[in-house]
Amino acid sequence: MNFAVLQFPGSNCDQDCVHVLRQVLGHSARLLWHKENSLGPVDAVILPGGFSYGDYLRTGAIARFSPVMAAVQAFAANGGLVLGICNGFQILCEAGLLPGALIRNRSLQFRCEHVFLKTATPDSPFTNRIPADKLLRIPIAHGDGCYFADETTLARLKTNNQILWRYVNAQGEVTEQANPNGSLDNIAGIGNERRNVAGLMPHPERASEAILGSADGRLIFESIIAALESKSVAKAA
Amino acid sequence: MKARIIVTPKKAVLDPQGKTVQNALEHMGYQGVTGVHVGKYIEIDLAPGTDKAAAQQALNDAARKFLSNPIIEDYKLEIE
Repeated sequence: MNFAVLQFPGSNCDQDCVHVLRQVLGHSARLLWHKENSLGPVDAVILPGGFSYGDYLRTGAIARFSPVMAAVQAFAANGGLVLGICNGFQILCEAGLLPGALIRNRSLQFRCEHVFLKTATPDSPFTNRIPADKLLRIPIAHGDGCYFADETTLARLKTNNQILWRYVNAQGEVTEQANPNGSLDNIAGIGNERRNVAGLMPHPERASEAILGSADGRLIFESIIAALESKSVAKAA
Repeated sequence: MKARIIVTPKKAVLDPQGKTVQNALEHMGYQGVTGVHVGKYIEIDLAPGTDKAAAQQALNDAARKFLSNPIIEDYKLEIE
């Protein structure tokens, strides 16, 4: 499969994403500078973590108007798979591709640690390979990861099964203490209604090899690959 | 000509910065503070002779689309 990993000024997890997709998973991935107007031939787009435009104004607020984002909007409107990680999640929310917003952590602290995630539904191209009882141990590294949405939006997320991951403790329980940033309902990641765009604050690309202490993040990339493969099989048939 | 845009967190949104500043003010002995909200102040210089009504419209558009995020923030625009 062909992945495009976007590079904004201030992205800093772009190379890690490319490394995992190429070296660990054996797929094709290329970096795409934010000034590009077209995505080229691509099966899925990753918006990596970092601090695009120095987080000026609001996280993701300026990157969302980068030229490449018009192509991402069109790609998503056409059903293409888009994943935003950390700053990428913030950019997708600012762009209106995902509902809600990410605000300053409730503790006001930059949190950099491993957390446990519980996958709320296997029914998405981003979670289909994650076993139901599997907790993902994946690191977070952010200052603005507190997910907020108004009541109506939050209710709609729940009704449509759009919450993909929640912060939990080591026993898999959704608790206040397991919530590292004050996110509503312990939300770590969500998808759009059409289920082709998703974002999460934790970094699966930093937990995709045993040598890094956890390979749980691979399951998210493998889900995307499985979804793309079943799509191309369907197309060929 | 100058435009001033003040962006503040919506009341329903958690404002840990405001709360922390409020606590600090209380610790310092300032009494009677019942709330603090930390936002942003954006000053925009406009070319002399700019049509005020047109600027108002354009900047409201920019404030809704870009300078503030209506999901989490309110803004106030003044032009003089």
